[in-house]
Amino acid sequence: MDWQGQKLAEHLMQILLLAFAVVAFATGYIMGSFQMMILIYAGGVVLTTLVTVPNWPFFNRHPLKWLDPSEAEKHPKPQLAVNSKKKSVKKN
Amino acid sequence: MARDSGIWQNSFIFISVDFNFSLRPKIKRQQLQQRQGTKTGKKKKMHSFGYRANALLTFAVTILALMCAIASLSDNLNTPSPSAQIEILNINWFQKQPHGNDEVSLTLNITADLQSLFTWNTKQLFIFVAAEYETPKNALNQVSLWDAIIPAKEFAKFSIHTSNKYRFIDQGHNLRGKEFNLTLHWHVMPKTGKMFANKIVMSGYHLPEDYR
Repeated sequence: MDWQGQKLAEHLMQILLLAFAVVAFATGYIMGSFQMMILIYAGGVVLTTLVTVPNWPFFNRHPLKWLDPSEAEKHPKPQLAVNSKKKSVKKN
Repeated sequence: MARDSGIWQNSFIFISVDFNFSLRPKIKRQQLQQRQGTKTGKKKKMHSFGYRANALLTFAVTILALMCAIASLSDNLNTPSPSAQIEILNINWFQKQPHGNDEVSLTLNITADLQSLFTWNTKQLFIFVAAEYETPKNALNQVSLWDAIIPAKEFAKFSIHTSNKYRFIDQGHNLRGKEFNLTLHWHVMPKTGKMFANKIVMSGYHLPEDYR
């Protein structure tokens, strides 16, 4: 995913879950059936999972710009300084 | 660790799985992009598959809890109007036990219409009939005589002819000529949320003066 896609996925998840919750509660209340509310909500959760969790291509419309390999060679990663012999003296 | 401000729900359940699930394998290189969000100085983190799944699950469960709470609150909108009558058809016997306590056996005819107590959020109705009376030793004695579970609205209107399911025994021998009330109690057990309990008191019953 890219940054915009991530934001979209997050918003989509929240909106979809809330919408399904409202629809499920309204249907359950009007029909007088608790079972109906739970079934609709469960279906909604599964649908939202399928839409927002996997890495779909439409979440990657503004792909991240990675560094070119030639450019990476010009800026090598800094080496960690070796100082195992030096230890901080503990004061008693 | 710096996290996106939008993920408040992550604090509820934390699964320490953080793996990178990607359709195309990427070799990590130094990123050219500038640090975003420089006003607050926060680093942005890329959410993994596990992160999104966790956030979704937590949010879904939280919303489910809210729905159940609202469903329970909606029970208060219901205004029930139950009715009941109890008739003592016969006093089968009235004896004093060997250890000194009185015991009565009754045949009751219980008629009730409790349909208005059922809502969409009702699992079952637990009802019981209790005899209440006063003795010199105790201000209130309650003895449960009969109970039943009503699983659905269709069964809530009934008329039943029965002897007492549980023994009517006194603590002592105070029952001769005693005046008592018969109360029908009900507990509305919900599918989620708060349980309501109430009763109807029917007075004017009394036991015979002598043992039979």
